[in-house]
Amino acid sequence: MSATIRLQLTLNGVATSLDVRPGRRAIDVLRDDLGLTAAKESCGSGECGACSILVNGEVRLSCLMLAAQLDGKDVVTAEGLGTAAAPHPVQAAFAAHGAVQCGYCTPGMTVAAVDLLARQPDPDREQVRRALSGNLCRCTGYGKIVDAVLAAAKTMAEEKS
Amino acid sequence: MTGPDAVFPRADALAKAVGAERYSADVTPPGCLWAGVRRAGVAHALITGLDVAAARATPGVVAVLTRRDVPGTNRQGIVHKDQPVLCGERVRHRGDPVALVLAESREALALALSRIDAAFSPLPGVFEPAAALDRDAPYVHPEHPDGNLLAYGLVEKGDAPTALADCAVTVSGEYHTPMQDHVFLELPNGTARLTPAGVLDMVVSTQAPFRDRFEIAHALGLNPWTIRVRAPYLGGGFGGKDGATVQCLLALAALNAGGRWVKMVWDREETFLAGYKRHAAVMRVTLGADADGTLRALTGSLLFDAGPYAHLSGEIMALALEHAGGPYRIPHTRLEGSCAYTNNPVGGAFRGFGVLQSSFAIERLMDALATRLGRDPAGLRLQNALGRGEPNAIGVTPEPGAGAAECLTAVLAHPAWTERAAWKRQAPPFTRRGVGVTCMQNAMGYGRGLPDAAAAKLELTKQGTFRIYNSVPDMGQGNASAFVTMAAQALHQSPEAFALIQPDTRHCLPAGSSSASRTTFTFGNALLGACRAMEAKLRARAALALLCDDPARLILSPGLVTDPATGAAVPLARLGALLPRDDRLCVDQFVMAVVENPPDTGRQFKLGFPHRFYSHGACLCAVEVDELTGRVRLGRCVVSVACGRVLSLEGVTQQVQGAAAQGIGLALFEDPALENGCMGAGDLSRYLIPTALDLPDIDCLIVADDEPTGPLGLRGMGEVGIHGPGPAIAQALFDAAGLHVTRLPVTPEDLLSALGGPE
Ligand code: FES
Ligand code: FES
Repeated sequence: MSATIRLQLTLNGVATSLDVRPGRRAIDVLRDDLGLTAAKESCGSGECGACSILVNGEVRLSCLMLAAQLDGKDVVTAEGLGTAAAPHPVQAAFAAHGAVQCGYCTPGMTVAAVDLLARQPDPDREQVRRALSGNLCRCTGYGKIVDAVLAAAKTMAEEKS
Repeated sequence: MTGPDAVFPRADALAKAVGAERYSADVTPPGCLWAGVRRAGVAHALITGLDVAAARATPGVVAVLTRRDVPGTNRQGIVHKDQPVLCGERVRHRGDPVALVLAESREALALALSRIDAAFSPLPGVFEPAAALDRDAPYVHPEHPDGNLLAYGLVEKGDAPTALADCAVTVSGEYHTPMQDHVFLELPNGTARLTPAGVLDMVVSTQAPFRDRFEIAHALGLNPWTIRVRAPYLGGGFGGKDGATVQCLLALAALNAGGRWVKMVWDREETFLAGYKRHAAVMRVTLGADADGTLRALTGSLLFDAGPYAHLSGEIMALALEHAGGPYRIPHTRLEGSCAYTNNPVGGAFRGFGVLQSSFAIERLMDALATRLGRDPAGLRLQNALGRGEPNAIGVTPEPGAGAAECLTAVLAHPAWTERAAWKRQAPPFTRRGVGVTCMQNAMGYGRGLPDAAAAKLELTKQGTFRIYNSVPDMGQGNASAFVTMAAQALHQSPEAFALIQPDTRHCLPAGSSSASRTTFTFGNALLGACRAMEAKLRARAALALLCDDPARLILSPGLVTDPATGAAVPLARLGALLPRDDRLCVDQFVMAVVENPPDTGRQFKLGFPHRFYSHGACLCAVEVDELTGRVRLGRCVVSVACGRVLSLEGVTQQVQGAAAQGIGLALFEDPALENGCMGAGDLSRYLIPTALDLPDIDCLIVADDEPTGPLGLRGMGEVGIHGPGPAIAQALFDAAGLHVTRLPVTPEDLLSALGGPE
């Protein structure tokens, strides 16, 4: 098999070094090699947002990235946002507001929502809809997802003050 | 949220939200092989050559298999076995598989698949169901005795032709509904291996793990009892994972993998190409009424495009016929249905299962009649709504419950209706607004001819907690979590005391598929039976420990069984530690009641006809049309539903909103652009499902109802909400722009021509 390259990155807060074959996609390395399966693949072509991750704090589609592009970056997947025992306010709000049905879009949605709230801590419904418009959900009709993001914004504002 | 929801949030939500839940697609055993298939890419052809030498020689390739390598019948299909696992002589649609590759990596798999050289000699194709039924059409299955006619059925009540001739008014129409792709987010996938003990161990994103065993066994000549299928939470299904997707191909791959794990994942374009679709349908119907609007007769014919394989086409068409009269009182009916084989993508189950198609036709006819009579469409519906104890269009009297009239009345009291005049007046410049309201109904369960049955197993653990062995996959509808709620209530325990084992044919008991709005009703009833047995057992065993001679007076409370007479209590943890395993299990089963005296009609339908239980609803859509572009924006959507008692308001709202969103997608966005068997919109950049910007907030209204035979009084309702938006949007577009919608999806071009075109 072809030679590998070494990547150094911060992955969910932990300094990590990885040897990967060039040409492999970021999503495959995360899911298949590292077992970080929160990011999902649903289209592989940038249409659905299910594979969203944060790279240096901004939302990126891991199906369109090569693993090599993660070198030197600060990478956060949904696993890095929180856990069931200590969920991120956005994750807790998704669970509490009925925003999760099959849940397959959810990790990507929460990553996109965290990105939005970092830029715009007090969005209105329309701004939330716009920010999530690159993330498809086939189960919910989006209403409860918007509710959840607004509720999370409120919680996060209260935690800050 | 009030009441139950505050106490019982969805048990699965948090694990999914933090990305910890493991779906089938998340299972990638280290060192597993990757399997994939080469698809025909031509709609109808003979295979004249298949050169796999270059693929076999590709580094990293473990095996390349063709039709000759398939043991067994090579035929899959839920009822009718007409779909090859691998095609050997002939391909009948572009997605047909001709060769299967196993490789060490995704990359080697992709390279090998591209090196398979398949030669085809094209055959004339049939792409229109009506043309397919012509005597001289090319046959999709030359050996099929009825040519391209896959299934036919007739339902009749009274004397419709005579009654129609006597009607003061009649209206007719030809209505078209499109093929629709499920676009579940988790792609069809699975992982499998042959264990040293000879068990084919599979983890699959499937709605029917128990039936899958038989389908795989039949196709590959295996013993079904040597196949184990596990179904973790699905990332969506909606009917598209009911019936084999990857199952038989994956099993075949595992049989040739030397005991290694094999994983197969279809990509999105492959799923558009090869996955099942909602049937496109053409419906020619005539409705007759008295001058005062009283319905008298309905006649017509429904034609379904089955694609090249049966799947459940006949059963889907039967359900369409059963619902063709809508929730209305029509004394005389005569309706024919046909399914035609074509070389289009394969028609199959999809939320609404034929009902969506015929609902569109009857609701459009009701609007046409209202227009003819100068009546308000809502008033005409209220006048004719089927009441309790009245027979429906095929002569079955459904179980009594809240019906279309109550549901419609609820929507008509909503401000989106009562204040519609003001809303329309406030339309911005160059836009027009309109509002429509329609009714919906959807039967629950398999219907007569096969038992709608489930068996449930419940275990008291050694630690004194409980384990529910769920047998029906949760594709997102929340049934698994509902089971926890039900059992917790029945046994007076906190939901945290319950763990859920997801469907696994080794440990769980058979319970049918996750489909037909039956899941929570049928398994829920079986589970409640198991809970009653568990309660009796816990009392009896606790009575021994408490020296109580009257177990019936003992009381279950969280973690305890207490004797109110003495105040003494025994912890469940102690009972769990004392009892042997056999004594910690309770099992029960349930079979849904069927229509007792079925009418003598629909004789062609052996399975799944007719139905006894119905849920109802009504839907309001308020649209805004851009006069310059013809684009339609859905401004408001209100849906009411009557589905027995509500166990979880959140759960019902989720199903209503999600179903409506899919109905809206079909009405306004999802154009498959099918041409000569090829979906022009074969990926998500061209096949557009609604995004967060395309949908309004959807209001859900619950109509008071009860189903005495349902678990905790509920009735299935996962499908009913999909039927409203298509006809309600159509009615609203007539209100806004005078457009007579006969075909979905509605396009901007339709509106521009209704508005007189650009100046
Ligand atoms: S999988 Fe990356 S956008 Fe769909
Ligand atoms: S919850 Fe299923 S796709 Fe969003």
